[in-house]
Amino acid sequence: MLRRVFRLLVKELLQIRRDRFALIGLCAFPIMELLIYAYAASFEVRNVTMAVLDRDHSQESREFLSHLVASGRFKITVIARDPGDIVRSIDSSNVGAALQINAGFAELLQKGRNAPVQVIFDGTDSNTALIARGYIEEIVAGLAGDRLRNRLNHLAPRLTPLLPEVRLAQRPWYNRDLRSRWFFVPGVIGAIALVEVLCLGPVLVVRERESGTLEQLIVTPLRPIEMLLGKAAPIFLIGLINVFLLVAIAIAWFRLPFSGSVSALLAGTVLFLFSTLGISLLLSTSSSTIQQAFAMGFFFVIPALALSGLIFPIASMPVALQWLTYVDPLRYFLVVLRDTFLKGSGIDLLWPQLFAMGLLSVVLFSASALAFRKSLD
Amino acid sequence: MTPGNGEDAGAIRVEGLTKRFRSFTAVDNVTLLVRRGEVLGLLGPNGAGKSTLIRMLCGIMRPTAGCVHVAGINVVEHAEAVRQHLGYVSQKFSLYDDLTAAENLRLFGGLYGLGGQALVARVQWALAISGLDGKGDVLTRDLGGGLRRRLALGCAMLHRPPILILDEPTSGIDPMLRRQFWELIHQFAAEGVTALVSTHYLDEADYCNRLALMSAGRLVALGTPHELRYAAARGDLVRVECDAPVRAAEMLKAVPGVHDVAIFGNALHVSITNMEPEAALRASLEARGIACMSIEAIEPSLEDVFAQRLGSDSREEPAD
Repeated sequence: MLRRVFRLLVKELLQIRRDRFALIGLCAFPIMELLIYAYAASFEVRNVTMAVLDRDHSQESREFLSHLVASGRFKITVIARDPGDIVRSIDSSNVGAALQINAGFAELLQKGRNAPVQVIFDGTDSNTALIARGYIEEIVAGLAGDRLRNRLNHLAPRLTPLLPEVRLAQRPWYNRDLRSRWFFVPGVIGAIALVEVLCLGPVLVVRERESGTLEQLIVTPLRPIEMLLGKAAPIFLIGLINVFLLVAIAIAWFRLPFSGSVSALLAGTVLFLFSTLGISLLLSTSSSTIQQAFAMGFFFVIPALALSGLIFPIASMPVALQWLTYVDPLRYFLVVLRDTFLKGSGIDLLWPQLFAMGLLSVVLFSASALAFRKSLD
Repeated sequence: MTPGNGEDAGAIRVEGLTKRFRSFTAVDNVTLLVRRGEVLGLLGPNGAGKSTLIRMLCGIMRPTAGCVHVAGINVVEHAEAVRQHLGYVSQKFSLYDDLTAAENLRLFGGLYGLGGQALVARVQWALAISGLDGKGDVLTRDLGGGLRRRLALGCAMLHRPPILILDEPTSGIDPMLRRQFWELIHQFAAEGVTALVSTHYLDEADYCNRLALMSAGRLVALGTPHELRYAAARGDLVRVECDAPVRAAEMLKAVPGVHDVAIFGNALHVSITNMEPEAALRASLEARGIACMSIEAIEPSLEDVFAQRLGSDSREEPAD
């Protein structure tokens, strides 16, 4: 049995070696995708363009604005002359936010009263608006606190030390600077492996069906399960090589710390590849053309990425969708990748993820073997 | 599962074989015995059910009803056991284009369980019979049509199967190469291999020991080419050359004593009994104003058998 699977594996490798496009594609595309995602994908919000209507023209209003600019989060690109300018700038998407300071801002502050500042966001990009709002609130709260202390110092210096204050002591573990790239890069490695395995299955399996060579294989003593393993083996090897290539790039180029156990990462990668191979072969054996297999793969990949926790936190999903994430192998692999990279975890902590992927592999592989047997009739 | 003994060991036995796809019956109750060392030609127009029949013989497709024994093994129940005893060349060329000739042979030889020196020797043998001696490193896609077909045949015979099944193996290659191909098949048959070969080239029928004629899923005639020629044609056959052959054919069918009329190019082949053709036919044609150039008695060809068998078949049960 193993000898026949090996014969088939040798044949697949010979075919891949002869296909120059495949050779380039298999190495270059994953690396390119990792670079693009690592540089483009970031949750951090910088340089939000802003229109400002300052009707107070006071030292206080100017000080407030200079704080905003100094934070690096905002860039004032439009100096508005009237409220109409603000509406126009937002409508035309020239700016992502607008700020209006009314006349009397400084006066109210000096009297010790509440001084309102209006900020308008372009809610089309809700994520950026949400994060920018957080930054502004932080800046405003900081300013307000400073002003309060200054005032108290001025009026009753002896009371100042008594002023109660809650101070947040931030200690982010595992990613001290909370760099989103550190969070993203390991996840993207998993996503690339998923897409690659899903594409290769149809290429290797459906191609044989289309060219008629499948029929010639069927009349040999090769059993369906051996044929499936012979197809799975080269995809598995390519996937394994690629994951470790991308891990090496993440460490060497993006300077990600890798503090966990290599064996946990290896086990996770192997089981993840098995389970996605199950899906890939299931798609391929139940399709009669490559286009059909790719179309089905596409409809699988989008939700698989969305539900994996790659971008959207699983904890904030509705409960029904959270249940659905349990059948997404990428969900488990992302935990393995992130935890081995950043947390330094080993198999002792990651066994639930490994177990879940193992279970998925068994179920999906059996399903694809059944589908394959059925498709031959 | 080991092959059965005696006569059955090298034979193909088909009983009541039927394959239905929803309401369409592709193969309809076919019963057939191919004897050991025989070359049986399976003839019929496209869509007659030849490929479906062959796919069931090879265990690629499950029949709706009936049973198949190949080399004494029940194919329906033990499809996998039969494969070691079977060589199959499909209608579509199905070796790997992007592998070399030798790589293809090594792959399939390996899948049939050959290894080591035995595999090397058989690969050499297959290259030799394919006319590819010393060209084992040529990519299969760079080989000509005839060579590719012979390579596929060599590939199917690597594991020395007692049964060889070929589905239109010569379609699309030129007549010279086709004859060489048939010589190979007879070489194997002389060594005791049983061959079932489908074709739609009538001129290849004479290369077969026996012929099975299929039409609309059914077996309509079975016999040696000689038997079919003489037993099938009722009465005498005459060739009539006239103008307006289509109109003439319609008209002659109504003449008493005429069994069948078939159009071949601009002439008619008319099968008749108990009449003086010259007088009766010429008179009927000229009575209708159709000029008759010549009338002569001819030997029935397989094409006549074909036309008659297929014609009578479609008359009994109109095609849907």
